[in-house]
Amino acid sequence: MAGKIATRAAYGEALVELAEKYPELVVFDADLAGATMTKGFAAKYPERFFDMGIAECNMTGVAAGMSTCGFKPFTNTFAIFASGRAWEQVRNSIAYPHLNVKVVGSHGGLSVGEDGATHQAIEDFALMRAIPGMKVICPCDGNEMKLAVEALLNYEGPAYLRLGRSAVDIVTDEIEGYKFELDKGITLADGKDVTVIATGIMVQMALKAREIMAGEGVSVRVIDMHTIKPLDEELVVKAAKETGCIVTTEEHNIIGGLGGAVAECLSEKCPTPLVRHGVNDEFGRSGTAAAVLEAYKLTPEGICEKIREALKKK
Amino acid sequence: MEKLYGKQLERTAYQARLLALDAVHTAASGHIGGSLSIIDTLTTLYFNVMHVDPANPQDPDRDRFVLSKGHCTPALYPVLSLRGFFPQEDLKLFRSIKGHYSGHAEMRHVKGVDMSTGSLGQGISAAVGMALAGKVAKKDYRVYAVLGDGEIAEGQVWEAAMSAAKYGLDNLCAVVDVNGLQIDGATKDVMPSEPLDRKFEAFNWNVIHVDGHDFDALVKAFEDAKACKGKPTMLLAKTTKGKGVSFMEGNYAWHGKAPNDEQYEQAKAEVEAKLAELEGK
Repeated sequence: MAGKIATRAAYGEALVELAEKYPELVVFDADLAGATMTKGFAAKYPERFFDMGIAECNMTGVAAGMSTCGFKPFTNTFAIFASGRAWEQVRNSIAYPHLNVKVVGSHGGLSVGEDGATHQAIEDFALMRAIPGMKVICPCDGNEMKLAVEALLNYEGPAYLRLGRSAVDIVTDEIEGYKFELDKGITLADGKDVTVIATGIMVQMALKAREIMAGEGVSVRVIDMHTIKPLDEELVVKAAKETGCIVTTEEHNIIGGLGGAVAECLSEKCPTPLVRHGVNDEFGRSGTAAAVLEAYKLTPEGICEKIREALKKK
Repeated sequence: MEKLYGKQLERTAYQARLLALDAVHTAASGHIGGSLSIIDTLTTLYFNVMHVDPANPQDPDRDRFVLSKGHCTPALYPVLSLRGFFPQEDLKLFRSIKGHYSGHAEMRHVKGVDMSTGSLGQGISAAVGMALAGKVAKKDYRVYAVLGDGEIAEGQVWEAAMSAAKYGLDNLCAVVDVNGLQIDGATKDVMPSEPLDRKFEAFNWNVIHVDGHDFDALVKAFEDAKACKGKPTMLLAKTTKGKGVSFMEGNYAWHGKAPNDEQYEQAKAEVEAKLAELEGK
């Protein structure tokens, strides 16, 4: 493992590192620059940073207008507000005219921790995925996040990018043959009995679950599905055919997110036993990030339970 | 194009009214009332105030316009068509599945439309973004936006107003079409918005009152807005909903209704009579 960093921190670094190369990049925040990690960009490029105050709907619309003039705006706030409060602005002002705005939701999922349910977005994938033409991206570690930010700067169109609050192990830099490409999942570890399709911080946990299951004689394939929409259906179907059952895992409601997307794909293209792991259609609560994840079984052991369940369905 | 003034603007606005009535009648739907109240402002913008080139609708240095009250395409599309952005024949496709002249303003398919709008309160934010972009890119284009006085109830309008003042966007001039009526009735009954002048002044905007059907006054108001430095300008344009068609004037029932054949003929006759008068026939 090559260190630990929150994806929000890596994102903040990426903005600064890419600012000179992409002069059209402009950054918006809604009074959360210290938390969303845009403060580094704000300090270094104040003329390209706009704090719009606690007014996410306007921020989203202003970014839309600015994008029509050749800029590449990234809007930043917590995932719950980016995808929830400003949902209709994202839909009508950005996605409908297919404008080049990147909607960035920091503090996605339950690992927000202490702030509790009001600030734990577990519906953002579903909300953003339902909008025609929106890409939905959730990188798993700092390395992948930086690659995703640059890929998004080179993609002309609307996208939602989820960041996490807590520091997580960097894993993708040590995987042989790892290559980041928007819309393409990555097989991080091969296996033949079952495939775990994971996104965000559940990727690292899936790799740990793989080790645990190896002890039980089960060979687990792990796919890092950083792009939830458009889903890499080819990779999903291939895994279904080759391993015979699938577990999805995400820091999100099991309804409408990665699990939903994989279920839609498999049921139409390759009916295969599937178990969705994630938040079981309930709200989160306060606690340290680790305690909340534990309480909701968003852990390697939680994934292992679902793997055993999936194997029984084969 | 040479700038139009006074009677020339009025004549153009009444030609636009004819096209608006025809489009809404053909489509058998559309928002005619608020379109007729704002059509004089749009005509003034496109035929006197704004620097635009129909041959180069995406010119990065052009002035921008955002129809925040995006349902008033029966005003915008005819004015754009008369200005030369697309053939008048295309207005037959208004709200039709056979074309892309959608009910609410659409930037991807309709030449000359700078922002897709329709969900109220959102257009003004986009206009703020365009004006901000102009400041950052150090360009001297100006941005115009039109809001409805019912639309003002959307909280986002006030979020946008705060942000425009924060960045001193004197390249932004918005207009509220103060016709006093909205879909459910009088604005003062549905959700009182007055005093709009004191509200926008309190949000650090330059505020100008103008008769929205007086072309000389409109031209001057837009000039005064341009002359104001350091803050955005809001024109409060006093208008009559349904202006130019006697039975539509001041009647909120015409907010979003198309005239039947008989009503259309009457409306058309009234507008044509006014046009003949303006042309000295």
